[in-house]
Amino acid sequence: MTAALLALPVLLPVLGLGVSLLGLPRALVRGLSSIVLAVVLADGVALLALADTRGPLALHIGGWPAPLGITLVADRLSALLLTVSVLVALAVLVFAIGQGTAEERRRSAEVFHPAYLVLVTGVSLAFLSGDLFNLFVAFEMMLAASYVLITLDADGDRTRAGMTYMITSLTSSLLFLTLVALVYAAAGTVTLAQLGPRLAELPDGIRSALALLLLAVLGIKAAIVPLHFWLPDSYPTAPAPITAVFAALLTKVGVYALLRTQTLLFPRTGVWTVLACAAIAAMIVGILGAIAQDDLNRLLSFTLVSHIGFMLFGLALFDTLGLTGTILYVIHHIVVQAALFLVAGLAVRRTGTAALHRMAHGPPPGTLVAVLFGLPALSLSGMPPFSGFVAKLTLLRAGVAHGGPTAYALAAAALLTSLLTLYTMTRVWTSAFADRPSRPAGGAAALPQRRAAETTGGVRGTGLMLAATAGLTVTGLAIAMCAGLLAGVGERAAQDLLDPGPYRSVVLDGEER
Amino acid sequence: MKTLDVTMAVVVGGLFAFGFYLMLQRSLMRIVLGFVLLGHGTNLLLLVAGGVAGRPPVLEGRTADPETVADPLPQAMALTAIVITFGLTAFLVALAHRSWRLSGHDEVRDDVEDRRIGTARERAESEAGPNRDQPDADPGREGRR
Repeated sequence: MTAALLALPVLLPVLGLGVSLLGLPRALVRGLSSIVLAVVLADGVALLALADTRGPLALHIGGWPAPLGITLVADRLSALLLTVSVLVALAVLVFAIGQGTAEERRRSAEVFHPAYLVLVTGVSLAFLSGDLFNLFVAFEMMLAASYVLITLDADGDRTRAGMTYMITSLTSSLLFLTLVALVYAAAGTVTLAQLGPRLAELPDGIRSALALLLLAVLGIKAAIVPLHFWLPDSYPTAPAPITAVFAALLTKVGVYALLRTQTLLFPRTGVWTVLACAAIAAMIVGILGAIAQDDLNRLLSFTLVSHIGFMLFGLALFDTLGLTGTILYVIHHIVVQAALFLVAGLAVRRTGTAALHRMAHGPPPGTLVAVLFGLPALSLSGMPPFSGFVAKLTLLRAGVAHGGPTAYALAAAALLTSLLTLYTMTRVWTSAFADRPSRPAGGAAALPQRRAAETTGGVRGTGLMLAATAGLTVTGLAIAMCAGLLAGVGERAAQDLLDPGPYRSVVLDGEER
Repeated sequence: MKTLDVTMAVVVGGLFAFGFYLMLQRSLMRIVLGFVLLGHGTNLLLLVAGGVAGRPPVLEGRTADPETVADPLPQAMALTAIVITFGLTAFLVALAHRSWRLSGHDEVRDDVEDRRIGTARERAESEAGPNRDQPDADPGREGRR
């Protein structure tokens, strides 16, 4: 039973991908991929319930025991992130289906669904994989799908951006493979559960070299400053649903891998100064970048870079409260960032431009879209009573409870960044979303495009897009409502991370408790 | 302590050095070739990680000391990695070709928005006018400049 539950998130999207390549009618493919994601979502919830009550679960594929075969492991952290990620992936898929209906793009639709399913497979596999090499393969599946999605129907600009994105990701992937080879040469295994004790026996120099290489590799994948340069360059060029799913999932998988590997492979007791500096730099540099931007999507990409810093905040403290904060922040940010990019997509569709100074002169995108932007924007800035407030409060409490100059510096940077985020979001609100007297002279350029979008776009498609965005916004509110429950699970997941004993015994003994 | 083959170390190091050198070039074709070299270097490194060369992969009909048999795990990893790098290289070449067809040359271009922010002050000084839509007029031209 648990074996089926563990295999399903990886197996089902791959099977769905195979079927969707058979050349079925479009409606059938759409239904199929939605059903696949819904089933995986239910499976994720079941895994979370099981992992929370019975501890980590492991599946040895093909019956090969842990150091030799492929092992899938689900503990509280991976099940939690899997559930949230698939939920967001489902919402974005509904949005994309709505957009496809509205814009009737036939050529790309055939590739979109299979590629999207590969992306979800890669994300699920990354959350569940129990060894370093399998993690590499999961990253590759996810990234290969993202290369296809980012260059789908690409014009010159998007090809250029896609090229930057692909070459950066490929370089980090090859470095990851180099790391796998070096770790295997040094420790004789790549199973995460075995690596902790084995790496501890190595000389300090080799150990730090491996730890730094791992940090650099995952730093590129998670867009940690100063390795973030590729992200604001490439993400904004893609269509809204693709940008949303990239922003929500890809970097978070990098953060998850960082959490998992650092706690299992290189456990430490004090504050991790290098990561703390990176976190402060990420928060400040990212948000200053966002303030300088005029393009809405690009601005949101910079806030993404900035808020990766919050996730590193908790990991840098390396205690239970800090890790709880990181886990809560990752969950909150997956939902909110996806919602923001989807709303940006809606606004760009309505106004015909993504440049803020042009939006300010054109007609506003409407009350509903404005509300759908306002709620996640406030949440991102950390205003109560939204999910961002809960996550940030946990992090700040962790920082103050930990004490010491580094922790206080982190907390101060986090507060400053929240304030600047609020400023950025207010700027976007006043120039793009707020209602204002219409000035037809300035909006002349935007109007024809808007009319075109309205005539060709089906009402049903737009309705689906709105529903998907509203669903994500409501999910963000639900996270804030269920904050107590989530904080409990998050805290237990953080304790699991700091005490990997059960994880190790489940993977190595092969008992499915 | 495992022994290390110096030849392999030099070859892997050379492939990494040339690969990264080529990836830092401006021409897309060189970048693709750099990626290929880097991929070969990494795959060789995986094989080297498995121990010294020349051990038999399979001993038929008898069990032997694991030290005398080749380690199958890095070989399996290297095979997987070769498939992945091969597939991605094919995609990269296709993308480079499309980029060449769209832009007529195979150079990596600057990012338009970055360039715009980089030259914001100069432009403000030279224009000093209220017409704010001007910078968007021809983004393609700015990018190639």
